[in-house]
Amino acid sequence: MLVQFIHRAVMQGIPLLYGSTGEIITEKSGNLNLGIPGIMYVGGISGVIGAFLYENSLADKSQANAFLAIFIPLIACLLGSLIMGLIYSFLTTTLRANQNVTGLALTTFGIGFGNFFGGSLIKITNSAVPSITLTVTSSFYSKTLPFASKLGWFGDVFLRYSFLAYFAIITAIVVTLILNRTRIGLSLRAVGENPATADAAGINVNKYKYLATCIGSMIAGLGGLYYVMDYATGIWSNNAFGDRGWLAIALVIFTVWRPNLSIFGSILFGGLYIVHNYLNDIVPNMTMSKQEIIKIAPYLVTIIVLIIVSARKKRENLPPASLGLSYFREER
Amino acid sequence: MSNEKVKEPFMHITKRADISRGKSWLIRIASILVALVFCAVIIVLLTGENPLSVYITMFKGAVGTTRRIWSLLQNVAMLLCVSLAVTPAFRMKFWNIGAEGQVLIGGLATTACMILLGNKLPTPVLMIVIFVSSIVAGAIWALIPAIFKAIWNTNETLFTLMMNYIAMQIVSYFAYVWSVPKGSGAIGVINPNTQAGWFPSVLNQKYLLNIVIVAVLTVIVYIYLKYSKHGYEIAVVGESENTAKYIGINVKKVIIRTMLVSGALCGIAGILLVSGTDHTLTKDTAAGRGFTAIIVSWLAKFNPIYMVLTSLLIVFLQKGAVEISSKFELNDSFSDIITGIIIFFIIGSEFFINYKLNFNKKGENK
Repeated sequence: MLVQFIHRAVMQGIPLLYGSTGEIITEKSGNLNLGIPGIMYVGGISGVIGAFLYENSLADKSQANAFLAIFIPLIACLLGSLIMGLIYSFLTTTLRANQNVTGLALTTFGIGFGNFFGGSLIKITNSAVPSITLTVTSSFYSKTLPFASKLGWFGDVFLRYSFLAYFAIITAIVVTLILNRTRIGLSLRAVGENPATADAAGINVNKYKYLATCIGSMIAGLGGLYYVMDYATGIWSNNAFGDRGWLAIALVIFTVWRPNLSIFGSILFGGLYIVHNYLNDIVPNMTMSKQEIIKIAPYLVTIIVLIIVSARKKRENLPPASLGLSYFREER
Repeated sequence: MSNEKVKEPFMHITKRADISRGKSWLIRIASILVALVFCAVIIVLLTGENPLSVYITMFKGAVGTTRRIWSLLQNVAMLLCVSLAVTPAFRMKFWNIGAEGQVLIGGLATTACMILLGNKLPTPVLMIVIFVSSIVAGAIWALIPAIFKAIWNTNETLFTLMMNYIAMQIVSYFAYVWSVPKGSGAIGVINPNTQAGWFPSVLNQKYLLNIVIVAVLTVIVYIYLKYSKHGYEIAVVGESENTAKYIGINVKKVIIRTMLVSGALCGIAGILLVSGTDHTLTKDTAAGRGFTAIIVSWLAKFNPIYMVLTSLLIVFLQKGAVEISSKFELNDSFSDIITGIIIFFIIGSEFFINYKLNFNKKGENK
């Protein structure tokens, strides 16, 4: 059972890992994008729309081409979340709008967008249950290594995941390396810490803010895609994604802006998110009400980390100094 | 902006020194009109209906009948109340996005009083207990992040955001504890027979008392921010903490006091929602108002009087869009899309109010 718990915790954690990696890149440029929950919805539904169109264009669903079945939803997802990132960047960077307000509006819009198109597709398919099922596409997305299930607990814990799960971990590692070891990363951090200084050093502040936000959005969007196609086995139902987007933002703080820590953090959060389902067997008298209390854990842990980090004031653990502020060159 | 070294940039941006009030509202109204045209295009693409008839539907949906007007006013009052609550903190540049949680905790205190004391205390005493406990509860929920902000400068945006979800889970917990029937996870209408702890109907309108309370609060908050010493201190801290310290304002004290005010007002919103409107509590009782209020307050430039207009605008849009979606058999979430788009346009228009585009003439040397 422990093995199964770890397996589910990892699968639960992958969307959070995508979301937090995307948000870390974004925040490193000084943009506090509270639109991440909306962006993840849009990423998910865009993938669903792509997969839906592809599956319905086939005369025989068993003839589905593996490459197209993966490629079309993937591109749709990236495109959808890119557009969300562009809206945010245009409003906050070019038009210098307030980041909190823009982000929250983006979340309202994104969740509405997801549920609207989700609802419309459900209506088109005339389905009896309020969900869309894309088993064909999902079967390609959730493919695991053929020998993974034969390796017992080792296979279950480390190998029995789909390619998007490993891609999330690779992305987190690559992003960490780029942020800490390359000139681009240095410039990006400079933009987030002090855009005026970065500007004076010849760094194109707006370009970095745009790129970081858009790339961050696309990575976060993949979290939505993974959730629908693998975790939920290709079934989209409205609001099923829940508050995972906010949990991803919590994870950013929990891991003190480090994607590599986020790999473990996401699994921990994923575990905390589902642990109440498993406690039934261990703890006697596990009532529904107690489960609700246990669900507080990820948020409470995040607050404690936030307090400790701010109290210790270690430079490398603090949020980017200009987080949440717009930059206007002529205003100093 | 354009950074070419050889070419002269074709325009540059300067901050406007001042803009007349009329002109700034003209820009805002223009942006809403442009947004409506943009939404009309989308509606036509999705439904193929005449956009004008769609907007007439929207108008009817919001204010078509007396009942709808009352419901509109009630929703405006609730949104306005939460917006008033977040405003003092925002003026201080303290990004309290935890109003959702503060309202819920206030509502939870109200619910607790109604369930535990409902039929034991005489009505006036019960109402006093409800008001005191809910206001204190909301204030405490806001106080926690404020203390850490004051001591260690802990990031308040992220802290208050997390507090929302803790509040939601606590409410879910009590929803199971007090659920009727047991184990259903829903509290249901509290004291349906005795109506203990319910707001009375005034002039046969069950929402009138809510609306009056919020109207009074609006005036009080306006005066508090504009004419009181506290309001002045908040404004100074918001402009520059260093200036505030220099002129002898105790910044930490102001932060904590202002968040107490913010949280107390959220607590009142919780009372109005539970005692005055729903007579029950779920974790969706605040219905996202804590977040929408931020947009309302910001659009109104943190001015309580303008907030009446901006909250009316947002509620009108939501109500209207719900009607559109039901009449044209679109999904309910359509209203979120429309509201989102219109807010994007309004947010964008602020740029043209604060900044001026100067187009450079070719060959002109500065």
